[in-house]
Amino acid sequence: MSIDWNDYACEGFYDELVEAPGRGRDCVDGLLQDLEDLGHDELVARQEAADVAIKEMGITFTVYSEEGGAIDRTWPFDIIPRIIPQSEWTRVEAGLRQRVQALNLFIDDLYHDQHIIADGVFPADVLAKSVNFRPQCVGVDPPLGIWAHICGSDLVRDGDGTLYVLEDNLRVPSGVSYMLENRLVAKRVFPELFEHYAPLPVDDYPSQLFDTLAALSPRPADYPEVVVLTPGIYNSAYFEHAYLAQQMGCELVEGRDLFVDDDDCVYMRTVDGAARVDVIYRRVDDLFLDPEAFRPDSALGVPGLLRAWKAGKVALANAPGAGVADDKVVYAFVPEIIRYYLDADPIIPNVPTYRCMDPESLAYTLEHMEELVVKPANESGGYGMLVGPASTKAERERFAELIKKDPRNYIAQPALKLSTVPTIIGRKLEPRHVDLRPFILSADRQQVTMGGLTRVAMRKGSLVVNSSQGGGSKDTWILPDCTKD
Amino acid sequence: MLSRVAENIYWLSRYVERAENTARIVSVNANLLLDLPRGIAPGWRPLIDITGANALFEEHYKDYGERQVVRFLIGDERNTGSILSALGAARENCRTIRDFVPRESWELLNELYLHARDDLSKGLTKGGRHVYLKSLIQGVQTMAGMLSGTMLHDQGYDFLHLGRFIERADMTTRLIDVRSANLLPEETTELRPFETIQWISVLKSLTGYQAYRRSEQVRVQRDPVLRFLLQHPAFPRSVGYCLESLRKSLEKLPRNESTLRVTGRLKRTLEGVAPERLDQRQLHAFLDEFQIGIGELHGEIARTWFPPVPESEPQSHAQSQSQSQVQTTAKTDDKEERG
Repeated sequence: MSIDWNDYACEGFYDELVEAPGRGRDCVDGLLQDLEDLGHDELVARQEAADVAIKEMGITFTVYSEEGGAIDRTWPFDIIPRIIPQSEWTRVEAGLRQRVQALNLFIDDLYHDQHIIADGVFPADVLAKSVNFRPQCVGVDPPLGIWAHICGSDLVRDGDGTLYVLEDNLRVPSGVSYMLENRLVAKRVFPELFEHYAPLPVDDYPSQLFDTLAALSPRPADYPEVVVLTPGIYNSAYFEHAYLAQQMGCELVEGRDLFVDDDDCVYMRTVDGAARVDVIYRRVDDLFLDPEAFRPDSALGVPGLLRAWKAGKVALANAPGAGVADDKVVYAFVPEIIRYYLDADPIIPNVPTYRCMDPESLAYTLEHMEELVVKPANESGGYGMLVGPASTKAERERFAELIKKDPRNYIAQPALKLSTVPTIIGRKLEPRHVDLRPFILSADRQQVTMGGLTRVAMRKGSLVVNSSQGGGSKDTWILPDCTKD
Repeated sequence: MLSRVAENIYWLSRYVERAENTARIVSVNANLLLDLPRGIAPGWRPLIDITGANALFEEHYKDYGERQVVRFLIGDERNTGSILSALGAARENCRTIRDFVPRESWELLNELYLHARDDLSKGLTKGGRHVYLKSLIQGVQTMAGMLSGTMLHDQGYDFLHLGRFIERADMTTRLIDVRSANLLPEETTELRPFETIQWISVLKSLTGYQAYRRSEQVRVQRDPVLRFLLQHPAFPRSVGYCLESLRKSLEKLPRNESTLRVTGRLKRTLEGVAPERLDQRQLHAFLDEFQIGIGELHGEIARTWFPPVPESEPQSHAQSQSQSQVQTTAKTDDKEERG
């Protein structure tokens, strides 16, 4: 059976590949023809080959079952790539650099003189209520003045084609290993398309990450001992922790492998004795990092770690407290933050956001809940939100109560018509909604991944892309702008 | 190499070895009983004596019948030394170091555990037992071969050896101890043929019968068998061979002085003993002391290279036959990373 793009039902949404039924976007027109030439059977066969490859390569993520057990699931991947023209990506990349630069200045300011509050741009009571502000970090000067070394920002495209930043993840963003593995699988599946279209490569991320981390070493003259700190095998992103450690040639450590000695230096316990650690890429949340400084019941952390970090004897990436800037209410201020620190307009806009702390916005939100997406300030992974158009009356009423009780904790955004990409569903190609998570590295220089992780909601009409909730993923191709051929 | 990883490899190896040894003694005992007249057959209790888990056993079972003992040793998860528990513990240790162990070995161990679990009911029947145990023993042997053929022979491999040979030395001494104790009174002559059968079974438990015949060229009897199992330098399950393997691996590791000291002492003790001059009671005393020595060696290895045990949970397993392991696996906590 052959593929007929005229049957592809992308109307009403912005499709990343198909401009209108039967017609591809400038950059991908040839690709539609190529897929058509392959035909359904071949595409399905290649999808199956990809599934087998992923299983064999052991690419997994962990979910929690009802009984409390952790299960490794095979990573869901759809072979049809998502494509972004390089000219657009260049602009996005500049926007991401600008954004993360401003956020780092903002975080550093919050932990020092708080000029932005004194100047009336950022309200003091938003900070006062932030659950991710760490008083323990006030006055600390991390290396290079940077707090968020690894940032994962989620981008979405609305119906009219505008790309927005939906949120920034400044704590322990995950997903980059899947971006890398997706590329490996896609190359196996579509060697001929890779040869022809030559998407820009993504695989230098591990070495870029290592360089970023190494630049933070307190002993810049020596080859730094960099480690990846994981909460352990039951963490949902353990695969990624192990993967990155392996790719960077670093030790993958758990909290109990490390200790802080009287000299305030951090050491890991090895068979050869204690070995000093210079940089910790920590994938453990702030509150679990150091039972002396944060949650005393944490078994995942290292007692004294914060002390060592404050003494400048070890670098932590991301710095504790960096999460203050990825609160969803803070998000609403990012355009102002960019203007304030960089004296420039944001290159990538925010999704229009109603801050429920403002009485007017609160009233608007409560009146228009059916059209809005309501999000609590400090949840991620798609938990705890209300998607207005898909909600029941009871759910809306429950949320209205929650919002009224604690308006500072909520923002509301118009429900976007997320863009779609053709996806193999059964034996057919159907549009499914996607987002994009690029990763931005900041140390002595800034680097942005070439594209990022495209996540796709596999259920028809669903906007939920999280893999823990049935989302899938795609390879993301940045293509040199091509003239139609 | 991280201390935690070294410890995981060590325990992985011990548990796998333990599963194999348990499978062997069950299998051989079944055979032995078929050869002995009912009146003098020692039954199944000695197997529990070998593992030293009598208290736990008696807590859950009324008598030392075949069905009960076999279930306890093969598939009772309350018994942390059962084959199923040992394979499960090996698998958990392996899981945390999956990037360290060749992938095929992890997959094999995983399959082995699932097979042990899913086909347990077959293993508990008299008819299915032999095939079940044989497949487990073969699986473990395959895994050992795979590791030796594919894993980097670096420090990790040394810890793999340490675990294997300390467990094996421990098991061999236990087996000798228990099996020689409930052998027949030394002076009875009319039961001689059966005594030979029992010593053969001891050899067979350690797959040493063929090797014994080739190497010793005397008929199977107490003194040469004891010498063979304790001191033979080339039989891979003899205590002497295990000690020498331990010494070789220890030699390659850093900061090995105290562990080598204990090993040296054990070797001298072993080489100095003349089994023919020990009566049953003396043999038991010797083996007992030797076991304590093996426990000390384990303790020294743990102190030297493994992560310290948190103060809140003191290590009560100075004895090497720690049936459960002080493995604090990473706490499940789904809160620390999302998004």
